[in-house]
Amino acid sequence: MMTLREALEVLAAHRGQRIVITTMSPIAPWHELSDTPLDFAYIPSAMGQAPALGLGLALARPENGVIVVNGDGCMLMNLGSLVTMANYPANFYLLIIDNGHYEVTGGQPTAGAGHTDFAGLARAAGIRRVYSFDNVESWRAGAAEALSGAGPVVIWLEVEPKKGQKTPMPPRPMAEQIARLKQALGT
Amino acid sequence: MLDGPSVVAGLKESGVTHVIWIPDSELGTWEPALNSDSQLRLVRVCREGEAIAIAAGLLLGGQRPVVAIQCTGLFEAGDTLRNVVHDMKLPLFMIVGLRGYYAHQQKKTNDTCPIFAEPILKAWQIPYTIFDRRHTASDLRQAYRQAQAENRPGIICLAE
Repeated sequence: MMTLREALEVLAAHRGQRIVITTMSPIAPWHELSDTPLDFAYIPSAMGQAPALGLGLALARPENGVIVVNGDGCMLMNLGSLVTMANYPANFYLLIIDNGHYEVTGGQPTAGAGHTDFAGLARAAGIRRVYSFDNVESWRAGAAEALSGAGPVVIWLEVEPKKGQKTPMPPRPMAEQIARLKQALGT
Repeated sequence: MLDGPSVVAGLKESGVTHVIWIPDSELGTWEPALNSDSQLRLVRVCREGEAIAIAAGLLLGGQRPVVAIQCTGLFEAGDTLRNVVHDMKLPLFMIVGLRGYYAHQQKKTNDTCPIFAEPILKAWQIPYTIFDRRHTASDLRQAYRQAQAENRPGIICLAE
């Protein structure tokens, strides 16, 4: 296991100039690690739709590349997005932060807690590049490979649940986030 | 009347880049024209909310997508529609098949889709226009261009 913070620190070291979209619990710690116009905190969000938002952005901007940091609860809400990702290759990387819980609602277990094999789901959906890491040492060792090369890539990270999490707050209003992202992309 | 070739021509003339869709039996007749065009990219998804979120990403990235789904999928996609239109304020444009519209008008169906489709669109506060058999690709082009010019969402409800 690793902490969420440790998992994100490794990502920060390898994200390069790619767009990073965060959801739910990762929003606050990622904001402490990186706050560039290419960091997009997807909040307020549509539940489970961060992978789809990221895929659309990746299809639109293949030269940039997109990394989505999704939770296991969010992923369970939109498993079909794995099938779509497999069908539309893009410069796209999906991290599934699996702590087995809905942290921001008080730490209730997800329906898949402890038994859902997200790597297996991704492979079965047709995604060829799938990585799994359950401790920070192996994630540090494998991140460079996992976060490079042709997408789509799914990276399943098992992290420690942290109870008592507050509902995430956006670092700035959505309109401002969109404006600065679009300015950075020139769109 | 809209058919595949005229829809493709109208969308291309409007600068549309992607069609993200889950077809119904009416929209599905457009598939050969959509799938064979080299300028329009057809994106097949698994659920309608996913289609709207992919369109949002494309819009952020400077593309000009259109979502095409049936009203049953619109019902499923409410949370994503709310988020993309009202939180993100993106100019989402959709073509939505209104299943059972004509049969409902003639009181020849028990399908509940036509009962709820328009009230739901009104509740989501999204401008929409019902297209019947008299509408053409020129009307589609005009509706799309007007929504884009006003930087607002828009929905064409295709009576079925």
